[in-house]
Amino acid sequence: MTAGTPEVVLRVDDVHKRFGDLEVLRGVSLELRANEVVCLIGSSGSGKSTLLRCCNLLETIDGGSIELFGHDLAHERIDEDLVRRHTGMVFQSFNLFPHLSVLDNVTLAPRRVLGTSKATAEAEAMVLLDRIGLAQKAAEYPDRLSGGQQQRVAIVRSLAMSPRLLLLDEITSALDPELVSEVLGLVAELADQGMTMLLATHEMGFAREVADAVCFLEDGRIVESGTPTKIFEDPDEEATRRFLQRIIDAGRL
Amino acid sequence: MDSTRSAASVRAEGDTFSLYRSSRPRLRGRAGSVVSAISTLTVIAVGIAVLASPSAAAFRRGFLDVHQMWIAFIGDPTKGILSVGKGFLLNLWLSLICEVIVLILALGIATLRLSTSPVLLPFRVLAVAYCDFARGVPVILVMLWVGFGVPSLNVPGLSTQSPVVYAGFVLVFAYTAYVAEVYRAGILSVPRNQVQAARSLGLSSTATLRSVVLPQAVRNVLPALLNDFTSLQKDTAIVSVVGVLDAVHAAQIAGGVTFNYSGFTIASLLFLAVTIPLTRYTDRIMAKDRGRRLAGAQ
Ligand SMILES: Nc1ncnc2c1ncn2[C@@H]1O[C@H](COP(=O)(O)OP(=O)(O)O)[C@@H](O)[C@H]1O
Ligand SMILES: [Mg+2]
Repeated sequence: MTAGTPEVVLRVDDVHKRFGDLEVLRGVSLELRANEVVCLIGSSGSGKSTLLRCCNLLETIDGGSIELFGHDLAHERIDEDLVRRHTGMVFQSFNLFPHLSVLDNVTLAPRRVLGTSKATAEAEAMVLLDRIGLAQKAAEYPDRLSGGQQQRVAIVRSLAMSPRLLLLDEITSALDPELVSEVLGLVAELADQGMTMLLATHEMGFAREVADAVCFLEDGRIVESGTPTKIFEDPDEEATRRFLQRIIDAGRL
Repeated sequence: MDSTRSAASVRAEGDTFSLYRSSRPRLRGRAGSVVSAISTLTVIAVGIAVLASPSAAAFRRGFLDVHQMWIAFIGDPTKGILSVGKGFLLNLWLSLICEVIVLILALGIATLRLSTSPVLLPFRVLAVAYCDFARGVPVILVMLWVGFGVPSLNVPGLSTQSPVVYAGFVLVFAYTAYVAEVYRAGILSVPRNQVQAARSLGLSSTATLRSVVLPQAVRNVLPALLNDFTSLQKDTAIVSVVGVLDAVHAAQIAGGVTFNYSGFTIASLLFLAVTIPLTRYTDRIMAKDRGRRLAGAQ
């Protein structure tokens, strides 16, 4: 690895995934280097979530290969818990633990997985919560928070494990429109700080701003990928154009 | 010939609708409380009238004699009457010890049944068979089986235990199956995405079960667990059939000596004194839980 070319964090090569008879991913390839942000766009059902889930072994693949930090995830000695420890994942539905306070949500993994002491974990969690302006909510339970606050806590919960890659799956799709920007603001901040991220999103304006590359998925294939400017302003493929037109018609660009 | 009736004419007929109930207005507030008070007093009065009627005199003497209740309660060694109160203490501690063991064993059975490891397959099958068997056979039959069968096996160490040990074993055997099913329902009630969130943070499956799934599962089925504990508490009465001296057995003895069955009444009252607060508490938790769910679903 030389100074000019950052290391490849994630390499997805000709990945196939099927659920029963349904082939959901049909030969997807992409590469993500350190400090890069890659956005997956595409209509619902195109396979974005499945691709993200394959990257941290929540799903297993049926063909092709996925390399994380240079390690083949299909290797027999791969420890899925270690893979997930180094990759954060944030979901559309937040998935905070409802029986734990905000603080305990954030400290659970550092304490259980890394064996960090309670005091250290809590101090670190408070720094993170303070960064998103939610330190005063540390003792609250998730159901007392707005959707935007819950999603920001979910992001911070991932960050508490100091992941080297963040997978974000339509993290603003379940939010009321006025709450979207506070969450995207946080993600943009992380991008600025050099966090490596692969994210599925319907927020085209946001993708355009933060992404280094955009991949357009349709029916389990990456139809087109390139810089945001290229994809959003001058796509080569008819399918991409049609998709973007639909998004524009829906008033989302 | 009516088939061509237009939608408009159908509508016109239907237009004569009313927003008033045809029956009397529902009672609310003060009027409501007065009516509840009257109906309650009526029910109580009818109950007293039945029990106090001359034809119920024999029942009153045989089952509701306060003096006999007291004698049965404290016991009278000179007449060979054993204390129902003391016997009830056995029901109490037996139910507590059994409950603790049940809660632990049932958790193991439930997680075993929900495990997916191929190595555990035979144990899963055994667990299913056990649950079906233990829930399908009357507890009293298992009690008779073990209470009389095991001693006659003549296995050293096993066949010489006191009847209380057999009784405890049978209660644990029966209730572990029920409670395991309750736990299993609770674990299944935790959404899959909770597990995925935990696993994606790097928690192992065991840590996920312990820190994320079980706390939520138990909270979801707490009322059912308390219900089963109440049942277990009552079912300790079956130990009397193998000669363990509990409240029921003591009441039987008292009845045999005095030919008065007020001892059964006092034994019932003792059980109720424990189970009613428990069921009230269970209801309170259920109401609170419902409130929480409704608030969460807004
Ligand atoms: N666990 C599953 N079992 C069966 N089919 C699934 C499963 N998960 C996803 N799918 C199917 O895979 C396809 C792609 O889904 P998904 O990856 O969620 O798409 P996206 O995130 O782009 O909306 C859809 O048709 C979906 O119904
Ligand atoms: Mg999706």
